[in-house]
Amino acid sequence: MAEPVLAVDNLATHFFTRDGVVKSVDGVSFTVAPGEVLGLVGESGSGKSVTGFSIMGLIDPPGRIVSGSIRLKGEELVGRTEAEMRAVRGRSLAMIFQDPMMTLNPVLRIDTQMMEAVHAHEKVSEKAARDRAVQALAQVGIPSPEERLSAYPHQFSGGMRQRVAIAIALIHRPALIIADEPTTALDVTIQSQILAEVQKLCAESGTALVWITHDLAVVAGLADRVAVMYAGRIVEQGLVDDVLDRPLHPYTHGLIGSVPGEAMPGKRLMQIPGSTPSLGRLPPGCAFEPRCSRAVETCRAGAPPLAQGSQGRAYRCINPVPAEEAA
Amino acid sequence: MAAQTTQRPELLRIEGISKRFVKPVDLAGRIANMMGASNREAVVHAVDGVDLSVAEGEVVALVGESGCGKSTLGRVIAGIHEPTEGRVFWRGQDIARMDSAARQAFTLGAQMIFQDPMSSLNPRIRAGEIVGEAPRVHGLVDAAGQAEYVSTLFRQVGLDPDYRRRFPHQFSGGQRARIGIARALAVKPKLLVCDESVAALDVSIQAQVLNLFMDLREALGLAYVFISHDLGVVRHISDRTFIMYLGRVIESGRTDEIFREPAHPYTRALLDNVPRLDARKRSFSTVKGEIPSPLHPPPGCHFHPRCPMAGPRCAVEVPRRTTLAEGRIVACHLADGGVAAAA
Repeated sequence: MAEPVLAVDNLATHFFTRDGVVKSVDGVSFTVAPGEVLGLVGESGSGKSVTGFSIMGLIDPPGRIVSGSIRLKGEELVGRTEAEMRAVRGRSLAMIFQDPMMTLNPVLRIDTQMMEAVHAHEKVSEKAARDRAVQALAQVGIPSPEERLSAYPHQFSGGMRQRVAIAIALIHRPALIIADEPTTALDVTIQSQILAEVQKLCAESGTALVWITHDLAVVAGLADRVAVMYAGRIVEQGLVDDVLDRPLHPYTHGLIGSVPGEAMPGKRLMQIPGSTPSLGRLPPGCAFEPRCSRAVETCRAGAPPLAQGSQGRAYRCINPVPAEEAA
Repeated sequence: MAAQTTQRPELLRIEGISKRFVKPVDLAGRIANMMGASNREAVVHAVDGVDLSVAEGEVVALVGESGCGKSTLGRVIAGIHEPTEGRVFWRGQDIARMDSAARQAFTLGAQMIFQDPMSSLNPRIRAGEIVGEAPRVHGLVDAAGQAEYVSTLFRQVGLDPDYRRRFPHQFSGGQRARIGIARALAVKPKLLVCDESVAALDVSIQAQVLNLFMDLREALGLAYVFISHDLGVVRHISDRTFIMYLGRVIESGRTDEIFREPAHPYTRALLDNVPRLDARKRSFSTVKGEIPSPLHPPPGCHFHPRCPMAGPRCAVEVPRRTTLAEGRIVACHLADGGVAAAA
């Protein structure tokens, strides 16, 4: 296997609030190979976005990376100064957010913003920067890119805006892109167009992708591997086929059963009782134990250890879902 | 012509409903007009000639992407918007000609549940009062009985009655959705219009709320108009589906038939584009282009600029509604003589 583009090892990001320590990310480990798409799946408050922000070095006080390591192409990112991170961010590491209106400056034309992104990391002429911008827009499927360059963000539709944001992320051909729910707010047909573009771009350029989402079905169609997060920990990860066809963790199993459209129409959906716990007051044992139908006495004793299988399969559960139930 | 496949008595029927929103020319525009400019008022045909019926206990889904008019249509059905054209019948009676008692029965009988519970619940009023106010005002329960009534409703939607004294911000998203449902149920409706009511919820919470909807349907015989962009949800919960595009219904019929054999190219595209758990590492098929602005919809069939099957006829002639089978209607030239230029 090729050397991973990204190796996150035992990452812990905590927020030190007045109400106590919130362990948003607590011991997360995963790797992403070149050209690979990793789906990072979880519900609200699972820590999936904080994981993304930690990799980008965008954690502000009261939050702090308290331990662990993030290596991008073998180089450690944790502990770098802001100036050192700026040299990496946008160049070999880029992020796409859910709302492109927050990425784009509403009072600057697209060409200004894109050329600024080029100049941030490379000393090139205005002409060369503009050419790069046109190229990047064409790459993400924006029609007549030369004309669209002089438009303002509000003159684009939601889907087109997200394409512009992706084009900016791609401008320096980063080794890794972190995408935080970039298609969640889009209509189905537009989401499909963006997913098709992203898939093509990753295959062509060898860019690795971490796709953060709550939508298992999008991950099924896009990703090579999937990591499921719950209350700050990855509870299960592995190849998409393995995890979705044969979930081992009861939470993954419940999530899959909760997706409407997969179950028999009209039948009750499998439901996970209760709601996600507050990260400030996690139960002492497995965080999922209070909602888990397979919980046993020992689940309350301590956090379940990581069990590992072949091909990067790993899960945190002492009483995993047996094969005959998982199907 | 609405589908008449159901044996259950009809609860609500709408005929030829259109809703237009007009943005008048503002002062600057009027001054410019005096100088010779030609600013005209902008008209959005949010809903354009829709027929639909809902039987008692039936779940009808309205599906479409942004700007297709599904929410506006839902609001007309719930009696929040007056339609610009067309008629609404509640239990066979035209609501425009009802006396006030009958109109009251319709107003209470059709209740709406909104997408964002936080913006539809008053943050300064306790949950118990949010749920209990309407039935007290309408005389369904007296002040003395309100607490007991609200507790029953809370239990019915799976909330702890002890939470009656809490404010909306003290609940989680899923619990707030349940408060919105309890508030709608409080006036004993026959029809719930749910506008993207589960869209903002996490998958596991969404499953809980969908199960609650199905339980309530069984227990109370409720009918639903379920507005959603999520085809998975629609397939799971609805009996019949209406697919909308830029204000018009382009296909309707029984949900299982539409999902098995979509007739309109847009429906087919929608279904192809839905992410599915069993579609792995697939290549995403794409419909070209964007949804046009409802301010300037394309002539003829609204979908023709994006349609892979479009022909010359599609750009000039609005497709008629063609009945394919009983209760199965599609508005597409392919089903009505082909897409070649009109004779």
